[in-house]
Amino acid sequence: MLKKLASYIREYKAPSIATPICMIFEVLFEILIPLLMASIVDDGIGKGDLPHIYKVGALMILLAVLGLISGLLGGVFAAKAATGFAKNLRKGMFDRIQTFSFGNIDHFSTSSLITRLTTDVSNIQNAYQMILRMCFRAPFSMILAMTAAFIISPKVASIYLVAVIFLSIILFTIMRSAMKYFSSVFKKYDELNMTVQENVGAIRVVKSFVREEYEKSRFKKASDNIYHMFQQAEKRVILNGPVMMLTVYSCILIISWVGAHIIVQSGGTTLATGDLMSLLTYCMNILMSLMMISMIFVMVSMSIASAERICEVLDEEADIVNPEDPVFEVKDGSIVFEDVDFSYDREGKGEPVLKDVSLSIKSGETIGILGGTGSAKTSLVNLISRLYDVTQGSVKVGGVDVREYDLKVLRDEVSVVLQKNVLFSGSILDNLRWGKEDATEEECMEACRLACADEFIEKMPEKYETKIEQGGSNVSGGQKQRLCIARALIKKPKVLILDDSTSAVDTATDAKIRKAFREAIPGTTKIIIAQRISSVQDADHIIVMDNGRVNGFGTHDELLKDNAIYREVYESQTSGNGDFDEPR
Amino acid sequence: MGPKPKLDHPERILARVFSYVFKSYLLHVIIVAVCIVTNVLCSIRGTLFLRTLIDGYIDPMLKASLAGEEVVYDGLLQAIFTVAGFYLIGVIANYLQGRLMINVCQGTLNNLRKELFSKMQRLPIRYFDTHAHGDIMSIYTNDIDTLRQMISQSMPQILNSAITIVSVFISMIILSPVLTGVTIFMVVLMLFATGKAAGGSSRYFVKQQKELGALNGFIEEMMEGQKVVKVFNHEEINIKKFDELNENLCESSRKANQYVNILGPINAQLGNLSFVLCAVVGGILALALDPASALSITVGDLASFLTFNKSFNMPINQVSQQFNAIVMALAGADRIFKLLDEEPEPDEGYVTLVNAKEEKGKLAETEERTGLWAWKHYHKADDTTTYVKLQGDVVFDGVDFGYTEEKTVLHDIKLFAKPGQKIAFVGSTGAGKTTITNLINRFYDIQDGKIRYDGININKIKKDDLRHSLGIVLQETHLFTGTVRENIRYGRLEATDEEVEAAAKLANAHGFISRLPEGYDTELTGDGASLSQGQRQLLSIARAAIADPPVLILDEATSSIDTRTEKLVQEGMDRLMKGRTTFVIAHRLSTVRNSDCIMVLEAGRIIERGSHEELMEEKGKYYHLYTGLQGA
Repeated sequence: MLKKLASYIREYKAPSIATPICMIFEVLFEILIPLLMASIVDDGIGKGDLPHIYKVGALMILLAVLGLISGLLGGVFAAKAATGFAKNLRKGMFDRIQTFSFGNIDHFSTSSLITRLTTDVSNIQNAYQMILRMCFRAPFSMILAMTAAFIISPKVASIYLVAVIFLSIILFTIMRSAMKYFSSVFKKYDELNMTVQENVGAIRVVKSFVREEYEKSRFKKASDNIYHMFQQAEKRVILNGPVMMLTVYSCILIISWVGAHIIVQSGGTTLATGDLMSLLTYCMNILMSLMMISMIFVMVSMSIASAERICEVLDEEADIVNPEDPVFEVKDGSIVFEDVDFSYDREGKGEPVLKDVSLSIKSGETIGILGGTGSAKTSLVNLISRLYDVTQGSVKVGGVDVREYDLKVLRDEVSVVLQKNVLFSGSILDNLRWGKEDATEEECMEACRLACADEFIEKMPEKYETKIEQGGSNVSGGQKQRLCIARALIKKPKVLILDDSTSAVDTATDAKIRKAFREAIPGTTKIIIAQRISSVQDADHIIVMDNGRVNGFGTHDELLKDNAIYREVYESQTSGNGDFDEPR
Repeated sequence: MGPKPKLDHPERILARVFSYVFKSYLLHVIIVAVCIVTNVLCSIRGTLFLRTLIDGYIDPMLKASLAGEEVVYDGLLQAIFTVAGFYLIGVIANYLQGRLMINVCQGTLNNLRKELFSKMQRLPIRYFDTHAHGDIMSIYTNDIDTLRQMISQSMPQILNSAITIVSVFISMIILSPVLTGVTIFMVVLMLFATGKAAGGSSRYFVKQQKELGALNGFIEEMMEGQKVVKVFNHEEINIKKFDELNENLCESSRKANQYVNILGPINAQLGNLSFVLCAVVGGILALALDPASALSITVGDLASFLTFNKSFNMPINQVSQQFNAIVMALAGADRIFKLLDEEPEPDEGYVTLVNAKEEKGKLAETEERTGLWAWKHYHKADDTTTYVKLQGDVVFDGVDFGYTEEKTVLHDIKLFAKPGQKIAFVGSTGAGKTTITNLINRFYDIQDGKIRYDGININKIKKDDLRHSLGIVLQETHLFTGTVRENIRYGRLEATDEEVEAAAKLANAHGFISRLPEGYDTELTGDGASLSQGQRQLLSIARAAIADPPVLILDEATSSIDTRTEKLVQEGMDRLMKGRTTFVIAHRLSTVRNSDCIMVLEAGRIIERGSHEELMEEKGKYYHLYTGLQGA
């Protein structure tokens, strides 16, 4: 997994390597400077040697400048490497997602893809910067200080060794038990967020049932839960400080005692007084580095989850790809289904959604599809533009299997208006031009006329330049559907599929749109999925779907005569249970 | 997170954060402060010991040893034990501080969260209609989180540093004013560098936040519309646009991080420079100057001063590292306080709903649940209280309304509904049907005219009681996480299991609920994602049924559910409407036809009204809508 992620460092390898090197130099100066400081105090001030102070002072300034340079470079490189790495990761994921088929998209939820692209990447960016800056620095600093201590006095330095081992065991234990609590804190956080989200979304329900107090008590419970969990986790984390201090202080005192004995007994030959001071300075250095390492450990293990989630996206193989030698032309709008079985399960296991479907649709026909929820209407039409691949059998458009076409060509010629459709932020024209990038204003207006969208667009203050808000929240459901139809029409496709795309458009306008289709684009095969019988009854043929199978195929009159489901739907809708007007 | 505006009064926000912390945790904070002071003093005592260790003990002992005298370690042992005592106190203080800070930090955040939520519950619907839900959410997540870091880390750090700085400063002044001057000069230089770097970083941080917002917005939009992207072959164009945004973010984020990263090294080296300067100047003062001069210092003092110089620079460096965290936290705190400062939904109503019983033909208030309800109306003018039976008689009289002052969307709405009557609203999208229903339960307040409920102006009725007397079934169903039973019981919390089942039966929901794996105890999550649209509607009908209100507001569902389920929904709705005053935004022929009165709305006005037969006679807009022909 780490290897996979690391491959995205790419052009930022140089700063990624330069950062730790700069850091190592910085540490080097950091260790040297205290030595010079000690020399100033002991040899210069202690002996009243002013020139020595000048000399060492100048050297120290030189080292400080060098330290500054390596520190600055380290900071600059680290920022460059970490943000660049994050950029590459984001791009890698985004590009990968663009190749995803509908099946791949279904596999991840929208919100999880968003989190992966945003929060998870930031986590990795922070962790990476931390690793570059600290991962070499801290151990190096520790080793350096340890080495220096051993050179000065192996006997005293062995005290550090014991302290380091003791402290690492304790820190590790503390962090491990805290991590356990932290991960449940995050889970509780999700619950809390869910409560808030639910409430904000359903605020009308809350208010109309006067449930504010009830919701408050629910929230209080969730919030208190987090409070207690956090307390548990942090109770453990705060032990770090005192344990650390205790160790440092113990070391200082033991060294003072032991050091004093060694100095006195050896008469200052094995260990000089100045050396003792240096040893004490290194003590801080070693144990602080250890603290740093334990922090890196926590941070990295917290970002492991993010790394895993990112890799899942990067590893996902697109399951619909262009064929090797694709066909670039769709001859006409005829559609043939031959013994099609289809299942959403990728291995073709599980209950098939479509069973044994065989159909033949002539180019230019208008086809209605009717059926209850879950009868696989949408699944059926999704196979035509190869949004999913059949499990068995084949689907042919213009006489050629859809799997042989170039994907882009096929999807330009087979235009689908999805059931769950979205508009994007930008002007109405921008949105329409999704269908065809270089469409002229006239083409756009013509498409809107066909989709009966012109009437309301003309009434808007800025007409075709009107800005659509994110998700199309400033147009009504019916208006949105009509814009989506217009957008699909601009492609001038050979096959047009409307998947329940006029459910929010009133019956009269719905009829008008269908009339316009008949007159303006007679050569285009039109497939209309609808719940309203009025939307399909004048089609050339109507397909009645039931539980994944074609239950009936014929004209309105034929089906009325010999299809039970069709008759039932027809009767229920005409006997006073139909729609009155447009539903919002 | 959207673009971050510049903070207006950071000091005021900071003061408010502090006052918030002190409000509930004053004692804690005081003890923490004492702990920090203790800790600092103990560590200073420790530093002093290290100085005397050599001069006071080892050197004399070494001399004694070299002179062949007997070496006595007792003094050293005693000194070590004394210092150990101080260290121990320091460790205990440190632990206590950490332990108490958890309570202060988490407790404050917990309070803040709860206060935010209960404030949010009291905000008018307008707030939710005009604020992006994502922005509200991010207050609970991002903003609270940055505040946590500030309270738990930055605040104690600053307090600690401040105490260290002050105590060290005093010691320095005593030792040598001249050297203190040199040190201060370098500190000013450090602060200047910090200010420069921090200024640069906060400029780029703002830019980074803005570009992050732009990129995240794009990502969100494209992930939502990923299927549309596929259908329109828009992948290439998307990638191009994404690359541009991604590149921008990377650039500003790089600069922001760069500034933060270099702050540490700059200050550290300036600190070293300060040390050298003091050593040189001090050396001159101590060695080259006449010992009688006032400025002269001893060699021992200089050594001590240099130690202090180091301990003075360190906390300044630490505080400057916290700068960005504080700026971010204050921006978050600003958003939190903005929500807390929002004007809550006003409620000046005083007429309340009470249980009533009939005594000698007159209504009287009672404690027990009688099934009979009355409006308790206190008249200030003559100090009397009257009781009006809750019946569900609603009158609109010349009502004007607009969501904003400038734009009126409803004009001169007049209508009346006798108890038990069914009023249907029909008309095209944007005609104002939903808006009217928003006024009865006072989600929005009218600008002109009057709405009366059982003869009482609804402005006089307490909002909670008004809403208790109204049931509502929205087209967009919202269910909550919890069991099916809990969701139905939402309508009336004290309902028994039998009542829940009865309501489900009335709403035609019992059938599908019994077929769920765990029946009424099936857990629903994510707004009832596991249920079909029709099933969710059935549940929301049951939820309204159990509340049993005299007046109902219904927004009929569209036809995007299949015929069989829709039949169940219709039956459920019809049973629910029976015997209640109902306002229905109608989409079904049968509902419209069976209504007592149909209001045809267009552009915020009622253009036609009457029964189905009457309106068909008129051959107006209704006739056209009904026959499916295009209106004139």
